[in-house]
Amino acid sequence: MAASMLCQTVRQSRVHTCVAVFRRGLSSSPASPPSLLTRFLLKLHQHFYDVEHLIGWRAKHRSWFVRRKNVFYGYTQQNYGENIAAAYYILSLKGSFRFAGQSEWFRPNARGKFSYDFMNYPTSSIEEIDLSGTPINHVGLDNLVSQKGLRSLSVRGCPEVDDWFLSRLHVFGESLEELDLSHCPQITVGGLAALQNLRMLRHLDVSSLPRLQSPGLVHILLEEMLPRCHVKGAEYSQGLIQSDIPIQTESVQEPVTETR
Amino acid sequence: MAARQKLLSTVSACRALNIPSRRVCHGCINTHALRSFTTSKSARHDFFKDLESQIKVFREKAAAAMPGSDWNPIDLTPGLPPERADIVIVGGGVVGWSIAYWLKRKERMRDAVRVLVVEKDPTYSQASTVLSAGGIRQQFSLQENILLSMASADFMRNINEHLGVVNEDPVDLQFNHSGYLFLASEDVAHIMEENYETQRSVGAKVTLFSPSQLKERFPWISTDGVALASYGLENEGWFDPWTLLNAFRRKAMSMGVYQCIGEVTGFKYSMHSARTMDGDKVPIKRINRVNVRMPNSLEYQPVECALVVNAAGANSGKVAGMIGVGTGHNQSFADIPVPVEPRKRYIYVLHCPDGPGLDTPFLIDYSGVYFRREGLGGNYIAGMSPEEAEEPDTSNLEVDHDFFQEKVWPLLAHRVPAFESLKVSSAWAGYYDYNTFDQNGILGLHPLVSNMYFATGFSGHGLQQSPAVGRAIAELILDGGYQTIDLSALDFRRIYCQEPMLERNIV
Repeated sequence: MAASMLCQTVRQSRVHTCVAVFRRGLSSSPASPPSLLTRFLLKLHQHFYDVEHLIGWRAKHRSWFVRRKNVFYGYTQQNYGENIAAAYYILSLKGSFRFAGQSEWFRPNARGKFSYDFMNYPTSSIEEIDLSGTPINHVGLDNLVSQKGLRSLSVRGCPEVDDWFLSRLHVFGESLEELDLSHCPQITVGGLAALQNLRMLRHLDVSSLPRLQSPGLVHILLEEMLPRCHVKGAEYSQGLIQSDIPIQTESVQEPVTETR
Repeated sequence: MAARQKLLSTVSACRALNIPSRRVCHGCINTHALRSFTTSKSARHDFFKDLESQIKVFREKAAAAMPGSDWNPIDLTPGLPPERADIVIVGGGVVGWSIAYWLKRKERMRDAVRVLVVEKDPTYSQASTVLSAGGIRQQFSLQENILLSMASADFMRNINEHLGVVNEDPVDLQFNHSGYLFLASEDVAHIMEENYETQRSVGAKVTLFSPSQLKERFPWISTDGVALASYGLENEGWFDPWTLLNAFRRKAMSMGVYQCIGEVTGFKYSMHSARTMDGDKVPIKRINRVNVRMPNSLEYQPVECALVVNAAGANSGKVAGMIGVGTGHNQSFADIPVPVEPRKRYIYVLHCPDGPGLDTPFLIDYSGVYFRREGLGGNYIAGMSPEEAEEPDTSNLEVDHDFFQEKVWPLLAHRVPAFESLKVSSAWAGYYDYNTFDQNGILGLHPLVSNMYFATGFSGHGLQQSPAVGRAIAELILDGGYQTIDLSALDFRRIYCQEPMLERNIV
């Protein structure tokens, strides 16, 4: 009985095992060899439906967490107004903010607990937001769209902030003056091009973006694109060919690496 | 004599068992009496010498016989398609693979539908998908097109949830969020305003610029002759088509779609006739088998199937012709062909160090010329659709460089003065699957072939709409009707009733 059940779970013949699927040869990510457990799981994954389901479920759970954190606070918005909903969203992400016309910041404590004092200011809009290290993504931005007076936003070191997030920032185009994007692991030059819609931007931090292939050149191009903005980022020479090192010029990265 | 008989029987027994015979013989008789009865290598090799390779062969066979591989005891030509499939998709471009992915995604239980994708060129050297400029925009005039593009952008935003595969790198589309900038002259400004209203009403984030705003925003543009400009703020830009195609293919194959490299050469079909309201006889066909020919050979395999999806892009008119669409007698219903034909379009790679920088959008001028940035090193790609009367020959993909010098460059330099001093560094040509009837996609069942679905005729925006088109066709097949976006306006009815749905933003 058990053997027949096992046979049922065993995967039927598949073509894909024998046909080579093209893999992207990204030289920029020299992935370390996976652990023994991972390799064993993958081996099982290739042969048994059950393991495949479990691994798929694990991946789903991970994205479910991010989705749950960034859910649209429609109920709060309906009952308490847009400003309270935005403030509540920021605090539940363990971020902090400051209302316009006030000097103190609202922050959760180390355990993520916060007081509900912000409920007393339903008419004040938010002026500064610090979301460093939170799981905010482009979906969560829906909760903040109503804050037309937002002047400063920091998403320093947010793992889910990507190019699509940057392309949605145009809603703050008339107000945003300060933007901190440093240490975000997913941002590429394709998203930074969308910052051209932020016409009021005065300070931009793009330092330590690991997926920028030529940060020096991007720095120059950003300054050219946003002439009134002070851009903080890599040195101009970073990622460029240095002609005074004659031996290793071949191994140095080309300045134009964004090719197709 | 008896010894000789014994030797013979031993050797033949050894050969039957495929065991090297010499060692056995050593034991029984003198080797000098042994005459060689075979020239085959395996019989003369030493067993222990061979042991290593024998074990290797055995291990390979054992691995192939494990569940999960498609090992077969009968030796077949490698690469033959399966003899039976539920759905055969003709054309393994991005639309074909997208349909395959969505069919697998929407099936109720595992392996419920057997999907086969047939592609004739595994290198995709002439495929429209990879030779396109790779743009995605929401600035269309038809609501269906806007919705398709918005759904596709949404798909690309969550691409790793859709197309991520376990133990593979995440998909990186290299999306450039630079937006599209359409320029309108005095004559067409009112059309642009209407389009803008349509786009906003559907939810696209588009904004209008006056010439002075345009100059302030993009100082490198000459606003000469521009009356109005519209610019897409969100979900617009360009990406790498090859990555999207491969991601679709990788995911679909990991879900159990069969891929076959071969060419569809014909169909076997049954036929019955129906009568129109006027009393004309119309033949209705039903495909039973698709003949798939192997590359560089005359061998072909008939694939028994229930449904065929024609996603052959520029060649879909030809594929439809194989079943006799458009070859009826004059003035009859069956005489109307599928109005899709290949049209050659050139894309030129320009180098201009003084050109516009990171803020360069995908600019489309009212004269028809377009360009976009390519990378960060002062490279751009540009192109233009020729006049209807001057369509180039489509038999090859050679590039006409005079076309750039005479037609494209003057217009480019007029719009962006910095392009006066550009240099063409390379160029390529690709095919549009051009819908000569109304330049819009044709989706759905053919009225005269009762089991052939079409997803073709996108006239240059098939790549950007492919994720949503795949979902729409899968809904049509598996759910019996459109569930998310109603695209019934894009079916064959408009062609037979001669009611074109013209798109006014064709590039």
